[in-house]
Amino acid sequence: MTDKIFAKEAWIEALKGLTKDYEVFVPAGDGDFHTFKPLENGTKPDFGYQNTRLSPKSLVYPQSERMFDYSLDENDPDAHILNEASRDYAPRAIVGIRPCDAHAFQIVKLNFDTPEYRDPFWVKRFESSTLVGLGCHEPCATCFCTAMGGGPFDEKGLDVLLYDMGDAYLARSVTEKGQAFLDKTQGGEKADEKSLKRAGELAAGAAEALPDPVPVDPIKRKTINELFDAPFWEDVAFPCLNCGTCTFLCPTCWCFDIQDEVQGNQGGRIRNWDSCMFPIFTLHGSGHNPRDQKFQRVRQRFMHKLKYYVDKYGDGFQCSGCGRCVQFCPVNIDIREVLQLMGN
Amino acid sequence: MIAYTEKIREIAKKLLEAGTVEVFVGYKKGSVPMMNEPVLIRDPAHVDTLHWDSNCGLNLCNYLTRRSEKIGILATGCNSRNMVTHVVENQIKREQLYIVGIPCTGMIDHRAVKRKVGPKEILDFTEKDGSFTVRGRDFEETFKKTDYLQTNCAVCRHRNPVEYDELVADPVEEQEGIDPYKDVKKIETLSPEGKEGFFERLISRCIRCYSCRNACPLCYCPTCFVDESKPQWVGKSNDATDTMTFHFLRAYHCAGRCTDCGACERVCPVGISMRQFTKKLNKDAEELFSWEAGLTLDQRPPMDVYRPDDYNDFVK
Repeated sequence: MTDKIFAKEAWIEALKGLTKDYEVFVPAGDGDFHTFKPLENGTKPDFGYQNTRLSPKSLVYPQSERMFDYSLDENDPDAHILNEASRDYAPRAIVGIRPCDAHAFQIVKLNFDTPEYRDPFWVKRFESSTLVGLGCHEPCATCFCTAMGGGPFDEKGLDVLLYDMGDAYLARSVTEKGQAFLDKTQGGEKADEKSLKRAGELAAGAAEALPDPVPVDPIKRKTINELFDAPFWEDVAFPCLNCGTCTFLCPTCWCFDIQDEVQGNQGGRIRNWDSCMFPIFTLHGSGHNPRDQKFQRVRQRFMHKLKYYVDKYGDGFQCSGCGRCVQFCPVNIDIREVLQLMGN
Repeated sequence: MIAYTEKIREIAKKLLEAGTVEVFVGYKKGSVPMMNEPVLIRDPAHVDTLHWDSNCGLNLCNYLTRRSEKIGILATGCNSRNMVTHVVENQIKREQLYIVGIPCTGMIDHRAVKRKVGPKEILDFTEKDGSFTVRGRDFEETFKKTDYLQTNCAVCRHRNPVEYDELVADPVEEQEGIDPYKDVKKIETLSPEGKEGFFERLISRCIRCYSCRNACPLCYCPTCFVDESKPQWVGKSNDATDTMTFHFLRAYHCAGRCTDCGACERVCPVGISMRQFTKKLNKDAEELFSWEAGLTLDQRPPMDVYRPDDYNDFVK
């Protein structure tokens, strides 16, 4: 594996050169916040950003995704047959993704890519994506990646990790996929020992201000019923509006709803992000709703992330500590506080 | 307004101890700067959790729906008008409420402050006598509150509660000579295509999280039309037409009922100014029916009454 160092201007130029090999996505300003946008003419990458408002999960798992097309025209020989909607799985590079969001893809992978079930849409799109991470020198006060088993320079889930060295980026290749990306990247020089040492120091410094890892054991030891019946859920849920902000901004929320939409005699089967905060999420055809009340829905979200997932997969929490829900919950429900309540 | 905190705690304690109310609804200080969290207090020993400053821009009326206890609740001008609307629309009984009125000087537009300090992260917020200070790792800036009011507060004409049982302080001076509809008038001059383009751009970032709907005290329907499946009025994908349908219909459901409290805009995770929809309807209600929502318990909103002696010809 070769680690390379690029002057910042040369890096942007090198990315432009990569657009023949990849569809390159970069963080760019979009009004008051940042989103990942294709590096096409006019998109100005901004690697000085904190994080995107919406997580980059949509690049692999779009909010609305047409899965199948069908015809209701009886004269059509394919009438009533579901045909996979055409889609593009050309290689993509998501450049500047934060380590928490790359970690989140690993969490989501446990759901979409299992020995029993492989979600073809998610898996193909994920496998054709190269994740080029950007380490966080100045994590936000709402960040808690370290508590969730990650870190501001954690390589987990990344193919390449970038260190901001001031006037240059040091690019460490983490996987074969990442090495292939760097091999195609024009310019740059082989990183020397001194730069690598400096990069290591930067990484160590950034993690200092962040919280300690939260052990899963205290929550694991408690029974599901003990936590399910805990007295604090009504209080935690009181301010909740049951909106979809937390789940839609979250890089690890994976739930979806499938809908058929027909126009004339042409139809499509579409899957849309869904949210356990919405009452309709669990509404049965009979009219019964097992999570009819707000506190039940709020409890579900936290129990799923911090207990059911922990017990089922044995791989930490279903949270990468990106802090989006903490920052943008309109009523300031703070998952870090709920984590404490559940663990104590 | 920060000075109100002590008085609020004192009143809440008194009400809970005397059994005048069973629960008290207010705010507690948030875990993130410029955010406060609605809280329900049952025990008079817990009133010290209560907090008030210029970041209490949600609408607490939202927390009254379908409650059966006797409730003590804080109410600014707009919040109190929503409580009036709630009573008029039979969502709560007036005698169930003990309204603690807050003479309000407006809420701070946290987005405008963040825009001003740029990419630097705000780690601390303090407020004092009409100004506030934000601090971060290597900066500290003090601003005049009036320069950073939420846009709805900047054009507010009802800062003092219209309905209350007790006030936390003397009434504040109302803002005079304000035209709250300057922006609407500008949109009204656009061509139909211009308006279409304006509204399409306005909602282009919408992610259908429904925080605007859910933060709004007017949206108390047990099942919202967007959640109906028989028939399904609106598609659930992020198709632009469906998203527009949601915003238009939501706004129309608020016609003649909206108090311009700004909660919808405050909570939007992608910063959409959806008041551009409701304000036009507020303007129409004012011009056509001389009506502002929630000013009196004695009159029903114009969209749910029919009077044979209506002076408008078009309803006859």
